[in-house]
Parts: sequence; structure tokens; C-alpha cells
Amino acid sequence: MNRIYLDHAATTAVRPEVLEAMLPYFTEKYGNPSSVYSLGREARRALDEARATVADLLGADEREIVFTGGGSEADNLAIKGVAFANRHKGNHIITSAVEHHAVLDTMHFLERNGFRITVLPVDSYGMVDPNQVAEALTDDTILVSIMHANNEVGTIQPIEEIGRILAEKKVYFHTDAVQTAGILPINVAELHCDLLSLSAHKFYGPKGVGALYVKRGTKIEPHIHGGAQERKRRAGTENVAGIVGLAKAFALAQGEIETSAAKLTALRDRLWDGIAARIDHVRFNGHPTQRLPNNVNVCFSFIEGEALLLNLDMHGIAASSGSACTSGSLEPSHVLVAMGVPPEIAHGSLRLTLGRENTEEEIDTVLDVLVEVVAKLRDMSPLYEETPSKPLP
Amino acid sequence: MYSERVMEHFTNPRNVGEVEQADGEGQVGNPICGDIMKLSIKVEDDRIVDIKFKTFGCGAAIASCSMLTEMVKGKTIEEARAITNRDVAEALGGLPSVKMHCSNLAADALQLAIDDYLSKKEEGSNA
Repeated sequence: MNRIYLDHAATTAVRPEVLEAMLPYFTEKYGNPSSVYSLGREARRALDEARATVADLLGADEREIVFTGGGSEADNLAIKGVAFANRHKGNHIITSAVEHHAVLDTMHFLERNGFRITVLPVDSYGMVDPNQVAEALTDDTILVSIMHANNEVGTIQPIEEIGRILAEKKVYFHTDAVQTAGILPINVAELHCDLLSLSAHKFYGPKGVGALYVKRGTKIEPHIHGGAQERKRRAGTENVAGIVGLAKAFALAQGEIETSAAKLTALRDRLWDGIAARIDHVRFNGHPTQRLPNNVNVCFSFIEGEALLLNLDMHGIAASSGSACTSGSLEPSHVLVAMGVPPEIAHGSLRLTLGRENTEEEIDTVLDVLVEVVAKLRDMSPLYEETPSKPLP
Repeated sequence: MYSERVMEHFTNPRNVGEVEQADGEGQVGNPICGDIMKLSIKVEDDRIVDIKFKTFGCGAAIASCSMLTEMVKGKTIEEARAITNRDVAEALGGLPSVKMHCSNLAADALQLAIDDYLSKKEEGSNA
């Protein structure tokens, strides 16, 4: 059975050319970039080059790039770093209800430590209203964190507009670009952000390495102490191979954005249209146009997401769901709930995220399997027989 | 995370559907929680001769219903009464702890189906 991987928002495979670029830094070029001898200087050079590459791709200065141990760490460093370094200016932070848990849980931590957090609602597409951001600002507001695009439903937030408002008010602005890096063009000046997080394994780089853009002049408190690495913003010997891999993967992805976006959009539309045409009682989630080119999020009424995922897995198809069973809690996806999706519908959500290796044939296979599996589970569902023609709320 | 036995029952669920002219029906759970289990039974001479289930729920919910129907078929009402959710989970080779409370309710649905059967029987004898 061929495997069909449709969970690229979860992680991606390392590209061969990325792995090749990384390998020497595990073996013959194993020096510590802080060492003075040539082996160390060699590693330092690779680190500097990687930093320059990433800075260039983001439209930033290389002094503004901090490498981290992943996207979650970048989010943590941005939010806690700004919060603790700017506490004397105020204790109010604004975010949205649909952020990744790396942001939301960090906000809750800060709330327990004396900060005041405003969580903005979203509309039925999962979109934040820039006017609501402006209205939520107070004299005490030190930071706003709104994601670039949502990891579950793919909605792209109006970051430029929010950024412009905040630049005028001189409030720090962080955006989690983990889902957009490698998929959309990213320029920190155009986005008007002061901090931006990204993660290598979402764009065919290795796991365990990410980056945080920190605009010059932004005060942040480090949370890993113990050395002068990363301009004292993140101590610890650098993950040289990982950082080289991040830069290589990011350069490849950003260089191919136009062709990859066109390909992904065509595949996404084929999947979306196929589901809409062949399965009834469905609800598509996220914004219809302001969305990532690789994301389809859909709820199938009367069935539950985990059962759907297990059935797809039996056919070799990897996907994800926002059902309670797959979130590890008793609640369905906080993103779908914030968008007003009723919990009984949210339990039946399926997220399919496409990538560079997917083909039209795979999409057609997935559609055939989905039709079969949804029908099978609905046949078993006591809800389906009772309301066969009930429209979705 | 699931045992082989759970996956086997999930892949090939037994006794899916509804018993025709059921003698008793029971349903537990609600759609908000993402789990509903519905059982229907046919009883002859105080013995459950047929049982079928329908489920809106996760892998564990489907497997536990399927397992229960196998355990119950052919048992007397009294024997069936004694089956607990824990018995079902054990027969499945265990369930992940997060699933024990939300998805392992098949025996509760059976109790309700038996209650329903007994109350109908009483109504019948009173009529």
C-alpha cells in the first residue's frame, strides 16, 4: 500500500539537498562555533552564512536573527522575552483566540505571573479584526501577538494592517509565521512586525530548530542563560547542522514559492471541489480566499474525527483532526470552537495539508477513500439515521 | 496507542446496526462530548439472542461496542446485567486511560437496553 501524506502542517520530510548540506556538520565539520581554532571558525562561518541567508530572505539584518530549538521556543522567547524586559512599561498583552498553544499557553503562564492578557475573538472564518486590536490597546499594552496564518484552518490574518496600527502606537508586535514560512513571501518590513517566529521542519528542514526575528532595538529578556551565543539572547552551543539545514531549506522553499503556491492551490482546489461534489453534510472551515494554498479543513457531520483518521490510516492516508480524541483533551479544537463551530460538528473535523510531493492521482485516491470511509462511519452513526437531511448549522 | 484487539474490532466491527423489532433499546452519551452509543436487543426466554449497536464516536467507542455485543450475545439477562465497562475494556486488552471515561460506556448502554426491555415486559404483562 502506498502511503499518501497529507499532514504537511504537522511536519515535513527533510529534502535530500538539505540533508546533504547538513551532514558534514555532524562529522568532519563538528567544531564548536565559539572555538578559536580553524575547526571552530569553520563552524562559525557556516553559522554566519546561515544567519545571513535567513536574514536576507526575511528582509532583515543578520543581527536580528536568533536561532532557537524550534517554533515553540521562538514563540516563548518572543512573548516572555518582551514581557519580562518591558514590564516597567506595562503589563498588558493582546493575542487572539486561535493562536497555537505555544502562544496561548505562554500567555496563560504570564497571566499567572501578573500580566493582563486580552484574548481577541475571531469571526466565523477565524479572522482577527484589526479594529478590535486597535480598540483593545491601552496605555499599559506592551505586546500584541497574532499569528500570520492559522495552523488548523489556514486563514491568513491581516498582519500588515495590524502591524501598521501597532507601529504607529509603538507597541511591540509578534507574529507566529510557522505555517507561512516557506509557503508565502515574508518580509518583516512589509508585515510591520518586531518579532517573527519560524520553524524548519515545516518547510522540509530538520526538526528541533527554528528562528526568531527580533527587530533591532526590541528589548527581550533571554530565558536560556549560560553563554554569549546568539548575541546573549539564547545561550547554548549552536545546533550548527540544524541551522545550516534550516537556512538551506528556507532558501529552497522561498525560491520556489511562486511555482509551489500555484501547484498547491490547484491540488487544494481539486480536493476541496471533490469533497464538495461527492460528500453531503460537510462544512468547510477557514476563510474561502484569504487562506494558505495547502490547507483544507472540513467537518463531516454525524461522525467523529479520530475514527475517520484511523480509517484513513488503514488506507495509508495520513491526516489530522480537531476532534477531542486527537487533541488529547475532552474539548474539540479551540480554533473551531472560537470560530463558532458547534462542538458536535467540530468533533468531525479533518485537516488535510498538502506538500510538494503530492500528486493529482493521490488527491483522486484520497477522494475515493474519503467517500467510502465517511459513508461507512455514517452507516454506523445513530445521528445520521435520525437526521438524514438536516442541514449543517 | 490502541491494542491490537481494539484495532481489530475497530477495523471489523461486529453487530453494527439495529435489531428489527427490538425488545429493548438503550442510548448513552451526547454529541457535544463526541460519543453516542446506541444498543438494541432481542430477548427470547430471558436470553439475549441478538444485539446490535450504532456509534458516533472514536476508535475506542466503536471497538468497545463491538466487543460488548460479542460478550453479550447468548447470555441471560442476569448474566448480561453483571457485565461492566471495566470487563469490556479488559476483554479488549485495555484502553488508553483518557478513553476509559468518555468512550467506554457500552455496558451502560446495555443496562439501559435491559431496563427498557424489562419495563416493556412489565407493561405487557399488566396490559
